Amino acid sequence: MRIYALAVYLFLYIPIGIIALFSFNAGKHASQFTGFSVQWYGKALDNPFVTEAFQTSLIVALSSALLATVFGTMAALALQSVKGRLRMAFDALIYIAVMVPGIVIGIATLIALVTVFDWLNPILAALWPMADAAPQLALGYGSLIAAHGLFSMALVIIIVRARVSGMDRSLIEASADLGATPWGTFRQVTLPQIFPGILAGFLLAFTFSFDDFIIAFFVAGSQTTLPIYVFSSIRRGVTPEINAIGSMVLAVSLILLITAQSILQRGRKA
Amino acid sequence: MMRPRYRTALFLLPAGAWFFTMLVLPLVVVFVFSFGERGPAGGYVPAFTFDNFLNLGSRWAAFKNTLVLAPVGTFVCLLIAYPLAYFLAIRADARWRTLLLILVIVPFWTSILIRSYAWIFLLGGQGLPALLNALGLGNPRLINTPFAVLVGIVYGYLPLMVFPIYVSLERLDKRLLEASSDLGCPPARTFLNVTLPMSMAGVATGCMLVFILLMGEFLIPAMLGGGKVFFVGNALVDLFLQSRNWAFGSAVAMALVLVMLITVTAYMRVTRRWAGGRDDVSLM
Repeated sequence: MRIYALAVYLFLYIPIGIIALFSFNAGKHASQFTGFSVQWYGKALDNPFVTEAFQTSLIVALSSALLATVFGTMAALALQSVKGRLRMAFDALIYIAVMVPGIVIGIATLIALVTVFDWLNPILAALWPMADAAPQLALGYGSLIAAHGLFSMALVIIIVRARVSGMDRSLIEASADLGATPWGTFRQVTLPQIFPGILAGFLLAFTFSFDDFIIAFFVAGSQTTLPIYVFSSIRRGVTPEINAIGSMVLAVSLILLITAQSILQRGRKA
Repeated sequence: MMRPRYRTALFLLPAGAWFFTMLVLPLVVVFVFSFGERGPAGGYVPAFTFDNFLNLGSRWAAFKNTLVLAPVGTFVCLLIAYPLAYFLAIRADARWRTLLLILVIVPFWTSILIRSYAWIFLLGGQGLPALLNALGLGNPRLINTPFAVLVGIVYGYLPLMVFPIYVSLERLDKRLLEASSDLGCPPARTFLNVTLPMSMAGVATGCMLVFILLMGEFLIPAMLGGGKVFFVGNALVDLFLQSRNWAFGSAVAMALVLVMLITVTAYMRVTRRWAGGRDDVSLM
């Protein structure tokens, strides 16, 4: 039994480990380890395409996770006092957002936004004081943030709601009875109790956005996120540089995930 | 001061608006477009025709691959995941349990792109095949085969299968197992008559989650199937980004969602009968 478990863990971690190992390969050849070197990390970080894609990914992940956390937490808090049809509608939307395959969300967002933009751009141009300088709506940062924000918001609502429903309600009543304002109660009683959920939700949302390929692939427009860059370079062949980028991406998500998991697990025990 | 009802509405407004514009509206657009026609330069021209749906047969290969490899992949995941979940829930040292569990979940949340890439590396000409060759076991071609896609699937979705099974086994009253063995039941029969039936809810949840995600898979077949083993997801990428046939692509997407809905509903009907409801499991 133990040996079996060990074998499965090896199966889960050896491929990741090999990528990390070969990212330190001195040789140019992708599959023969000829010595230790960090040159590929240097090459990757010197590559303007990589740094630009990394920047795009970071901006999109930060903004979508931040917006999703704020709006998702607000929704999770409000939903506890909502019943009936509105509640059912929200539950259904959250369920659909999580369950519909990313690829379908991606294409649906693509064609919906392109259609709406095609329809709005002439109107915008007509209304704008200087027709030549009218802004053109197009896919890019906005659509990436909005599309990632959707899944992330569903995620945050699910996690925060679990914390909200496990919260000690008598404390809130006590706080109100003792004359605290609703904002004071929220800041001093509710927030500390649900904060681990909010933080874990933010970290998971960030990781999701940072790692997502399939939705970004459709809605990125002229932007390139790091996963899109990695995907297109893999098509051109396996190189040690990709190993280095891959290891960095894995390291970022591993750190965030372990943090999120330990926050959640500690919260569960408490 | 604001009335509580207005405050609730105000708090729900941003999320509600977001869900509407980024989820409801796009899905409605896909539905409408699936009855349209392809424009001369690609894209979409309004029309009302069922031609796109009648034409679905031309993408039968993609549907066939998906409908074969998704259930097979789900089943292989189950076979590998069950013993691990059993070990974690019943045999593992309680002190290490949380850590071991986190170690299973974490890979699921890391980039599936990089994890599939790792297998290109491992199954490619100079990875495993070279190793097998050196051991005198022949030089099999592994990458760009259904086998490679299956390995990628199991690697990608194993954590998702382990977790719900673990949860259902962990909730299982351990005294039942003691009672069974005290009453002279051999371990194998205890497992078959007590443990397995009690964990069926977790098995059902895990299978459903993995199956649903596999139905929409694109990356694993794209990277490990080399254009020979393609799923509906790959057909969708081709239709929307290469041939730009939005109307037909929308019909394919509708068909995919419909097939998913039908299989999942049928599956839930069946499993609910022999599992007595399903566990709602958080994957976070």
